[in-house]
Amino acid sequence: MKPPPFSYHRPATVTEAVTMLDELGPDAKILAGGQSLVPMLNMRLATPAHLIDINRLDELAYVRVEPEGVRVGALARHADVEHDAAAGRAIPLLAEALRSVAHPTIRNRGTTVGSIVHADPSGEMTAVLCLLDGEVTLVSRRGERTVPAQDFFVAPLTSAAEADELATSALFRRPTGAATGTAWMEVARRHGDYALCGVGAVVTLNEAGALTTVRTAYISMGPIPQTLDLTLEAIGSNGDWRAVGEAAAAQLEPEEDIHATARYRRQLAVVLTARACRLAAERAERARRAAPSHPTGGAGRTGSGVEGER
Amino acid sequence: MTTRMIGEPIPRREDPRLVTGQGRYLDDLGAGALQVAFVRSPHAHARIVDIDVTDALDVDGLVAIYTYEDLAAADEAGSSHLSEPLPLLIPHPDLTHPRTAYPLARDEVNHVGEPVVMVVATDRYVAEDVCDRIRVNYEVLPAVVGLDAAIEATHLVHPDIPGNIGAHMVQERGDARAAIAAAPHRLELDLEIERSASMPMEGRGVYARWDADDRTLRVYTSTQAATSVRAAIAAKLAVPIDRVEVIAPDVGGGFGVKVVHPWPEEVLIPWAAMRLGREVKWTEDRREHFISSAHERGQKQKVRVGFDDDGRLLGMEFQVWHDHGAYTPYGLIVPIITTTQVLGPYKPGAYRGEFWSLYTNTVIVTPYRGAGRPQGCFAMERTMDAIADYLGLDRTVVRERNFIQPEEMPYDHGLVFQDGRGLVYDSGNYPALLDKLKALVGWDSFAEYAEQARAEGRRVGIGLACYVEGTGVGPYEGAHVRVETTGEVVVATGLTTQGQGHQTMLAQIVADELGVPVERVTVTTGDTRRFKYAVGTFASRTAVMSGNAAALAARKVRAKALRIASEALEVDPSDLEIVDGVVRVRGVPSSPGAKTEIPLSTVAVLSNPLRYAFDAEAARATQFAVGGSSEEPPVAEDDEPGLEAVDYYSPPRSTFAAGMHAAIVETDPETAEIKVLRYCVVHDCGNLINPRIVEGQIHGGVAQGVGGALYERMVYDSAGQLLNASFMDFLMPYASEVPTVETDHLQTPSPLNPLGVKGAGEAGVIPAAAVFASAISDAEGFAITRMPISPSELFELRERFAAGEIPPLRSRSGHISGEGRFVRAKEDSR
Repeated sequence: MKPPPFSYHRPATVTEAVTMLDELGPDAKILAGGQSLVPMLNMRLATPAHLIDINRLDELAYVRVEPEGVRVGALARHADVEHDAAAGRAIPLLAEALRSVAHPTIRNRGTTVGSIVHADPSGEMTAVLCLLDGEVTLVSRRGERTVPAQDFFVAPLTSAAEADELATSALFRRPTGAATGTAWMEVARRHGDYALCGVGAVVTLNEAGALTTVRTAYISMGPIPQTLDLTLEAIGSNGDWRAVGEAAAAQLEPEEDIHATARYRRQLAVVLTARACRLAAERAERARRAAPSHPTGGAGRTGSGVEGER
Repeated sequence: MTTRMIGEPIPRREDPRLVTGQGRYLDDLGAGALQVAFVRSPHAHARIVDIDVTDALDVDGLVAIYTYEDLAAADEAGSSHLSEPLPLLIPHPDLTHPRTAYPLARDEVNHVGEPVVMVVATDRYVAEDVCDRIRVNYEVLPAVVGLDAAIEATHLVHPDIPGNIGAHMVQERGDARAAIAAAPHRLELDLEIERSASMPMEGRGVYARWDADDRTLRVYTSTQAATSVRAAIAAKLAVPIDRVEVIAPDVGGGFGVKVVHPWPEEVLIPWAAMRLGREVKWTEDRREHFISSAHERGQKQKVRVGFDDDGRLLGMEFQVWHDHGAYTPYGLIVPIITTTQVLGPYKPGAYRGEFWSLYTNTVIVTPYRGAGRPQGCFAMERTMDAIADYLGLDRTVVRERNFIQPEEMPYDHGLVFQDGRGLVYDSGNYPALLDKLKALVGWDSFAEYAEQARAEGRRVGIGLACYVEGTGVGPYEGAHVRVETTGEVVVATGLTTQGQGHQTMLAQIVADELGVPVERVTVTTGDTRRFKYAVGTFASRTAVMSGNAAALAARKVRAKALRIASEALEVDPSDLEIVDGVVRVRGVPSSPGAKTEIPLSTVAVLSNPLRYAFDAEAARATQFAVGGSSEEPPVAEDDEPGLEAVDYYSPPRSTFAAGMHAAIVETDPETAEIKVLRYCVVHDCGNLINPRIVEGQIHGGVAQGVGGALYERMVYDSAGQLLNASFMDFLMPYASEVPTVETDHLQTPSPLNPLGVKGAGEAGVIPAAAVFASAISDAEGFAITRMPISPSELFELRERFAAGEIPPLRSRSGHISGEGRFVRAKEDSR
């Protein structure tokens, strides 16, 4: 459990970092929080020739509320995002989902963007990014580009980022609509473990309280995070969230592993979809009632996710 | 008056040091030593065709590479015995086909993780780089994985061991089969328990220093049996035992795995140190621990019982198929314990216990806390529940009716226990334990609660399990107690400690016996420089064995102190007492300096007549300071200098502790998640030396029990690869998964030893699988027959139950509906 030799590089600026990435080639790996990479190094599952440590890139250590949503810099730790009050007000789902990411000590060190780039289909924030129509900003010597979440996750542990690209930030979009509620639910074997199934839900109501969108996203239910639009099913089911869950599960193809059968995972998808959608709908309804007048700016109201209904 | 220390829940004296990072574990030692890594077999079963080290030789920092051939060459050149298989530690006549591994694989590997090549380098990083470059060419052989494959024996682990059977053993009292056949009711149960492991926080580790000038070998090892490791090293390396010192430093948990010895590394590291003339160290990493140390628990079981209308056992036949892995260094201890301790607090009628101990191409199986008892308890308690359900009786009633009664003690089961001695219970009060448990958990009011929960759409269940644990097995332990001239008391015992609080517990005993404050007593364990005769720490034996030895040694010291003081004070020894480290005349108020009292420190000075003085205390014992008769020798003929003594305790047989656990669980009707709402323990380990430490042992045991019942398993694929060899996928419970443990005690002293104590170390873990199986069955309405159980498995069982593939229980908490439940069917349930 000791890594093979590698060269260690510590750039001071993003420009320097992407120059190094370009010059060192595909044998270089970015080290941010190291919560996945370092164990992989120690088990010799990853053997990069170069590590580029971006922990000195203070310019990337931010959590910023922008008009569109919350932008998270590549050096923001999970805990920074989880405890950022403005981000919490803008998108309560962020903190709610982050509380399921491992344990506090890991969240103190691990970065949100790092876990997204790691593209583990069990990583909560991959699904949250998809659910919130987020995007990832990639910088290389060639320039900067933005990849939408739906295109970012390619395969397990594989993202759309090229070898010479540094992910500098991720944008989580604030859900729009008259009144929105969100929820995150998962079942894990132990507190903080990778979920056997995790579900995020966004439910939007119009001013009359009718459903306008129901969307869900899943972790541990496929090779990449899975996103479903369940609006039609939800409207059709007339408040029967269990039926919505059944409809969702029918569209998922989870695999068996040593902790759960595929059938059990599908059962969890049914149950957790129903529970998460029900809770998100209740929160949306609460948000709608709390703001009877028309909201301005089109940003809508987002139901708080801090009731602690887990 | 000195407060009596035995029975006081004083804080553990080792904790401030250990919890502030001041512990000295194996890897904290030997900072400059060379480090070792091993090339281990990636195959479960293979022949070694060729080992090619060419690519590895130019790695900077490489010091040495050793294979089996080097061991053979060394044996030929000198008188070492490293090319022979490792010792069979506990031979048994029924272990007809024993097999142990070579320190480094010879021609064949029999499990993933078996060491093949040893690499010594300047540090562990380099050593692992070298390992990566060594090419071992294997011819892969078919692997035998799991009990079904072992029983089937289509393939053999060892070609010369037919049927993969290492041992077949039967113990019988009465004609069990006839008794079952003649019984009014019969039941048959097929049960299964999966593998888990001790999994201490600190893995194994060895650090060796050879002093070529002094020709002495010092070995630090993270072991539970320092004196035995010393003997093994002396034998294997052909070093006079007098020149070998073995020290167990702070050990970060053992739970059984570290009582196995010598591990290959325990002889290879010292051998390399001697050969290279350098300090050499090896620290096991977690992956190595998973695939190269030891596991336990895996068994399949069949129970056949015959019983009367009241649920009383008339006959019981218990068959066990025990997976012992690739080798049998620790003999048959685990299955022997399973097939004897299965009886628990009950009278089985006629009993036949039979086991097959089977080879598989997996890591060896050796005792892990509980050591076969959890499996036995599971079998008996599942049986008790089945009988209760069959007869429509409350589960506690069936147990009560089968209990050995207090007035039947000592109770002889007529079987041979793991120590080769009779399975004779020395004392116990099982009905009283059950009464306490029922009161603690609220057994009688649970049905009402369950009914109410069901009305709310919740599923809850209650379960219980009872066990008896043979503790404090022999053959002996000893202790040395000395009062220094400062008044400090030093105690040494040869067995080792792994965090149990032995230093506190033994200090309490000695403090009481000697009449000194407990703060003045310092205890050393597991250091063969200090105490050379010992057996080891296992089988919940330290309090019983070393505790009583320390008490006996302290009593000798006390007698000597009183004798010396009586001469100094010119009083009869029987008029003296020792209070707070001062010997004084009984009933005379304390007045320092008066001729009615003398500090123990002064007695210690007087016990050792001196020629030379180097401090004021010593000056008092020199020839011109000491008066007295000039005709008598300064040290009397039957005396020796020093206020110290050694004594040993050797019991006639084990002493039997007991306990009963109950749990209330809630199972999610949709997700099948299992939540522990309450966990209650009543426990009887005889007289309590330190109740706080006993509680801690129980809590830790329950935590491991919860792990074994609901989380942990070793997942091997059919090729013998361990799929979950990391803490990411081997799920030990976190604090968040361990329930609050509610405890109550009963104290039935053991008549076998001076302190009246019984062991407490393993108790907490023993009944957990049985308790949870009982409680989950109660919540679900069908019998759980296989543990551990995960939510995914419970979900799959529900599906099978809904499809009619699993029969329902006849009675459940909250579903009891009177006489209709009282079924008296004569036919077997299957």
